[in-house]
Amino acid sequence: MAVRELAAAAEGEQTQRSRGHLARAMARLMRKKIAVTCIVILAVIYLAGIFAAWVSPYDYTAQDYTVIRKPPSYVLDQGPVAFWKESHFAGTDRAGRDLFTRVLWGIQNTVILTLVAMLTGGLLIGVSLGLIAGYFGKGVDSVIMRTGEVFASFPDIFLVIIIAATLRPRILDFVRSLEDRFDFLDGIVQIGVVDYFVVSIALVGFGWIGMARLVRGQILFLKETQYIEAAKASGASTARILFMHLLPNAIAPIVVTVSMGMGAYVGTEIILSWLGLGIQPPRPSLGTMLLQGGHISVIREEPWMLLAPGIAAWLLILCWNLLGDALNDVLNPRTR
Amino acid sequence: MWKYIVKRLLWLPVLLLAASLMTFTLGRFGPGDPVRVILGNRYDEQIAERIRSQLGLDRPFFVQYGDYIWNFVQGDFGESYRYRGQPVRELIVRKMWVSAQLAIAAMVISLGFGLPIGFFIAHRQGRWEDPTAVTIALVLMSIPVMVSVPALLWTFCLKLSWVPCSGWGGVFDPRIIVPAITMGVPGIAGLTRLMRASTLDTLGQDFIRTAHSKGLGQMVVNSRHVFRNSLIPIVTILAFSLAGLISGAFITETIMGIPGIGRFAVESVFNRDYPVIMAVTLIGSGAFVLANLLADVTYAFIDPRIRYQ
Repeated sequence: MAVRELAAAAEGEQTQRSRGHLARAMARLMRKKIAVTCIVILAVIYLAGIFAAWVSPYDYTAQDYTVIRKPPSYVLDQGPVAFWKESHFAGTDRAGRDLFTRVLWGIQNTVILTLVAMLTGGLLIGVSLGLIAGYFGKGVDSVIMRTGEVFASFPDIFLVIIIAATLRPRILDFVRSLEDRFDFLDGIVQIGVVDYFVVSIALVGFGWIGMARLVRGQILFLKETQYIEAAKASGASTARILFMHLLPNAIAPIVVTVSMGMGAYVGTEIILSWLGLGIQPPRPSLGTMLLQGGHISVIREEPWMLLAPGIAAWLLILCWNLLGDALNDVLNPRTR
Repeated sequence: MWKYIVKRLLWLPVLLLAASLMTFTLGRFGPGDPVRVILGNRYDEQIAERIRSQLGLDRPFFVQYGDYIWNFVQGDFGESYRYRGQPVRELIVRKMWVSAQLAIAAMVISLGFGLPIGFFIAHRQGRWEDPTAVTIALVLMSIPVMVSVPALLWTFCLKLSWVPCSGWGGVFDPRIIVPAITMGVPGIAGLTRLMRASTLDTLGQDFIRTAHSKGLGQMVVNSRHVFRNSLIPIVTILAFSLAGLISGAFITETIMGIPGIGRFAVESVFNRDYPVIMAVTLIGSGAFVLANLLADVTYAFIDPRIRYQ
């Protein structure tokens, strides 16, 4: 009787503690001013980007030749609506297009692309390959890790550039032929489906390997622990061990990697569209805006053209990095 | 240890073959006819046919690939499609030298700031200087190159007129300042962290307590014992940066108009200059993998506690 009570009490304490770990980590995170600020900024940027169609004060292609190259300035005395809708408070470009609107739409592209790439490349492909390689070992492990090594051996982002540059026209041709064959697909190239597809593939191609390596390392360590042995001995299925026992215990480093990785994805997406391999004009993207704004004649005459997309890109990357740093602090206290 | 090195070295050619086959396939099945690039406006079907057979582009895919690899092993990287009559090897070596100079300048900046800052904040663990320094480094690191280069140009070139706005003149030319800062500053964050962690690790060691207890001054302990031992992991990062000498800075070089390997590689992708793309992939990947190996090995030699199987 007493023994059973003790065991039950111990078990209760155990579950409480295991549930408490993540919760306590999150509580520690919420005490970090920088982390909270970053979460707020990211939430605002992501929401503004996703709902760009409703938030933006103008149309992103609308050209107004009466306000060409207008520096950032605003009128406050006519109320908030006039400020938002009529003042071009971030300035305009050389065609009289509102920069704030274009930045919002550019953010939308970046946000969607990086989320898609992270969900598919980082989480779906990366985590599952890492799980498989780490748990089953032997031949499967070699094949996955060696393939990863090939991908990772390319210098820097060269692979991403090659993939984007060579695949784009092929896929474009293919989609155009589909468009000709099926009426309901009309205009699919126009709305930028191909751009999205190419950039996602390029990002996924470089993104999965880091995550796979990390998860594999974690699993290699975890699968030697006694509780996995116990789970095996009590007849748990492989799937149960993988997803109920191994994955939850590897979640902390995954969270950190996702946050840091999002910053890298954003940077790479911007580089791709900067090189002309990403989202194509007239659709705005942060990369093409930075390209236009970065010309020496533009920074001499209209520096605000660099300022608006520059601040957006910088904030996105910075907040993901700072958040990742803070998460690392609270989730891996040993490294402090 | 030796077994490990030999195993890794034997694996290298396989890795390079796989990487180059991937690039070769992407290049061949990618769009754009290199012959069109060569001929430009003077495109003519008959001439095109002749050049194609001259370059061997009409042969089966794997014959072309095998032939390329065979020549590559013998040191013949082929001839650039874009810059006719110029062997790829000469082009690449010249541009690699430029990138190497730039990378060294950038590394000097990273080390010059990262090491002292990291060493300093390790001694201030838990005080305000500690998180602040890391945060500032992260803030600087997060600025995209396409923003930092124009911003630096605005400052140094337009407002202060210290340097010309673009171009390249070697290490002792003021024009190296902007690209070196751009490439060097992101490294500061990583080095600061690494140096901080490493110094903290060293500070906790017994031999530091011994040094203190035998009456050595703070300065002597810091310089002779702590600093030197903290440098060990830094070697790893330096070896990693060797790869940076080859891959260069794709974006920085492209923006600044620096005739380095990074800009050349990007250009060649757009020009469909297969021989150059292939050579950059093979050399870049080779250097990258070797640098990683070198890092592992140096690490093991410096710190005998590390063992590889």
